[in-house]
Amino acid sequence: MSTTSTPPPKVNRLGLSAIDYRGGKTTLCAGCGHNAISERIIDALYEMGVQPERVAKLSGIGCSSKSPAYFLNRAHAFNAVHGRMPSVATGAVLANQSLMALGVSGDGDSASIGIGQFVHLMRRNLPIIYIIEDNGVYGLTKGQLSATADVGSKLKTGVINELPPIDTCELAVSLGATFVGRSFSGDKRQLSAMLKAAVAHRGTVMLDVVSPCVTFNDHEGSTKSYKFMQDHDEPLQEISFIPGFEDIEIEYDPGTTLEVEMHDGSRLRLRKLEEDYDPTDKVRAITRMNEAKRDGEILTGVLYVNTQAPTFLDMLNLTDDPLATLPQSVVRPGREVLEQVMEELR
Amino acid sequence: MATTDVGLHESASQASIAPVVNNMSIQVATVNGSGSQSSNTVLLRSIFQMGIPVSGKNLFPSNIAGLPTWYTIRANKDGYVARKKEIDFLVAMNPETASVDVMSLSAGAAVLYDEPLRLDSLRQDLIFYSVPYDKLVATVCPEAKLRKLVKNMIYVGVLAKLLEIDMGEVEKALRKQFAKKVKAANLNFAAAQAGYDYAVANLSKRDPYRVERMDKTQGKVIIDGNSASALGCVFAGVTMMSWYPITPSSSLAEGVIEYLKRFRITPEGKATFAVVQAEDELAAIGMVLGAGWAGARAMTTTSGPGISLMSEFAGLAYYAEIPGVIWDVQRVGPSTGLPTRTSQGDLLSTAFLSHGDTKHIMLFPASPLECFEMGMEAFNVAEKFQTLVFVMSDLDLGMNNWMSEPFAYPEKPIQRGKVLTKEDLDRLGSFGRYQDVDGDGIPYRTLPGTEHPKAAYFTRGSGHNAMAQYSERPEDYENNMLRLNRKFELARRLLPGPLLQGYGKSEIGIIAFGTSHWAITESIDQLRDEHNLTPDYLRIRAYPFAPEIADFVRSHRRVYVVEQNRDAQLFSLLKLDLESELTPRLRSLARLDGLPLDARSVTDELAAKEAQ
Repeated sequence: MSTTSTPPPKVNRLGLSAIDYRGGKTTLCAGCGHNAISERIIDALYEMGVQPERVAKLSGIGCSSKSPAYFLNRAHAFNAVHGRMPSVATGAVLANQSLMALGVSGDGDSASIGIGQFVHLMRRNLPIIYIIEDNGVYGLTKGQLSATADVGSKLKTGVINELPPIDTCELAVSLGATFVGRSFSGDKRQLSAMLKAAVAHRGTVMLDVVSPCVTFNDHEGSTKSYKFMQDHDEPLQEISFIPGFEDIEIEYDPGTTLEVEMHDGSRLRLRKLEEDYDPTDKVRAITRMNEAKRDGEILTGVLYVNTQAPTFLDMLNLTDDPLATLPQSVVRPGREVLEQVMEELR
Repeated sequence: MATTDVGLHESASQASIAPVVNNMSIQVATVNGSGSQSSNTVLLRSIFQMGIPVSGKNLFPSNIAGLPTWYTIRANKDGYVARKKEIDFLVAMNPETASVDVMSLSAGAAVLYDEPLRLDSLRQDLIFYSVPYDKLVATVCPEAKLRKLVKNMIYVGVLAKLLEIDMGEVEKALRKQFAKKVKAANLNFAAAQAGYDYAVANLSKRDPYRVERMDKTQGKVIIDGNSASALGCVFAGVTMMSWYPITPSSSLAEGVIEYLKRFRITPEGKATFAVVQAEDELAAIGMVLGAGWAGARAMTTTSGPGISLMSEFAGLAYYAEIPGVIWDVQRVGPSTGLPTRTSQGDLLSTAFLSHGDTKHIMLFPASPLECFEMGMEAFNVAEKFQTLVFVMSDLDLGMNNWMSEPFAYPEKPIQRGKVLTKEDLDRLGSFGRYQDVDGDGIPYRTLPGTEHPKAAYFTRGSGHNAMAQYSERPEDYENNMLRLNRKFELARRLLPGPLLQGYGKSEIGIIAFGTSHWAITESIDQLRDEHNLTPDYLRIRAYPFAPEIADFVRSHRRVYVVEQNRDAQLFSLLKLDLESELTPRLRSLARLDGLPLDARSVTDELAAKEAQ
């Protein structure tokens, strides 16, 4: 008689299995880059042992913004209006700073209708992970150009984009976001490592993830297609991430690898593929992004990281308990206070 | 000419035979940015401290400095505080408007003017007093650059002499105004005293106006509506305010900030609130929605243009059922309109703000006391009904100084509505975000971060069923919309109810809301004294309308709906709401020129319509 032993179900440090991080069945097109990003989000939150109930999922309007329904069913979600998720996210985080805000937006949502809220969110360094699922095209309205489409990129209809693209990463870096990266939905390893680092970061994380639209923008002539990305992806680093709760010591060569200690003690290791790239140097980061644009490369990896900058919550000097649930004894001043004010007005 | 001069003196001294005591309106015409606000506040407070009912209204341009501004102080023994149409005493400090200001006075009015303006040559039926301000200010204020700011305090002293305002009260008011700035207070008081002394030595009293101590302001306070609203919000326990500066609401937001900083810092020095100056009104309301959704008591402050911008989010809040408080301090539109003038013109746009079948709760404060009380109640209502509450103040209420009964400390605890905790979910097992469990249309909600695997739900503006799942099913959409309507219908009976003045026996009635109240109460006395009309008066305090409003219309043959806009917006809302057989009883008395409503206009128009 052979003995078979069922392996214990795989769980994370909270005792939760990957299924506890899943969402509803996707209604996006088969092969859509956004679905791959949802998978990476599930993996990252599971592996980081994030309590699902502590996450607030936020999105705007568009294909990308539908995706919070496809991961993390156990987290509250808010599907806002087009381009205005940043303000809703800001309000939610202020109401309860113990929440981990995870915003999912698209290139139309962030770079066109929502550019005003996007840039102001970046300025505030609010603790949030803000992901742009960037396909250069409006999917839900069937294939119009977006503001991140590159010059010369061609639509299926033959229309060629002549307007310069808005680089959301460059904006984010120059305006004050403190963890900015670009990735590709098809690069599982890079995106996973960046998402895990995003969870560990305190401040605004802005990740622009090129995520091809298989229906409207994956053809010859598009600069946001799988093929184009495979040919033009220029990774800046080989990224690895060591969570703070894992007591692992792995040697690394400081000559070739930059180690960034994150807020929670995690370590982000960036093995340099470009010798002189320093993602803690804001000016250099912006220059390099512009060089890449000039040379037709798509620069991916951690473009900028700053673990020291104060967040919006620090600036507001908020009390530690969530504002949402402060009791009346804390939020309603006493009788003597009102009497004092009345006396001043007599 | 000397003969004319004597003649004028004679007619003026005849007028002074019958003194007019504690019944006058003083208008100070200055240039904005000249520091006249302090002088006017001191004048207002001095009269107030003498126990005489008083009100102050600032008519100012949309400008920082250099354009004409007028401040009107009305002292009235009967307690009338509405704007009075006629000016009894003009203080003409602005060379640019002086002649027009003088020409628009009624015969017998008094004018105090800056000597070089030589206004006395303009009219012979007025009483003129001239003061050499520049000479006087030079004697009390050696520093030339301060003279412009101090000069205005001189007219306070001159008026104190002419109107018999106690200089002790002037000093008290002045020291209160300058608080800890003792040097400034001393300098300003010296200016007032110089004006007083000048009047004693050089001016002989020829007008009939004077004040006399009363006891009608005992215990009362002076406060502007925006500060009162701000206090209400702070005592309501507001925890998140996002705002975008816009006249006339900015001082409301700044009041909230000031009070929060004073009264809502923990002993450890931490803030129990978050305030964000947003990038625009779209973001301001978005933050309110995010914070309200996550459980904060969230608010924003704005005026008409901001309301327009908030439209899309307002519809989302209605449909997704998110609490929040929006203050609309109304000003004159459309577009930029008259941004520094008052109006009640946002009723229709706010009632149905956004697209689709949307309607919102509105509260209508008429006084600083109601700004305070409704400021607190608005948050309770928003969380009870899980919807936006719009508090419809206006510029006249918000930015002008009003006498008020002191505010009473709230005895009613803060009410947070139907929120399920982790423990509730343990007991219940599950919940459906949009299920009508109690039959009142109001569902239960959970807050993000509630540590229970069944706590989460998806908030969306797209169609959803009772379990908050995406749905395009016709019956799901319709059931949800009908439930929202039940909630709205319930609100009719639970919002601040209308207030009746009168015995309900008259044939005619008046319906009004907000600051129109002050003109109406005075007009009712005029209608009785001058036309033998005794209308009953119902003041509406909330939308959706309480059932008593239909009862009031039913029990009167003609009901005049008085409001400060062109298109009869309250009248229109009433017509939509009332049964069709009642609507022919309604008559509109809607008008707007940017000035606060005055009693005379209401009286004359209503009496004329009644005479038809």
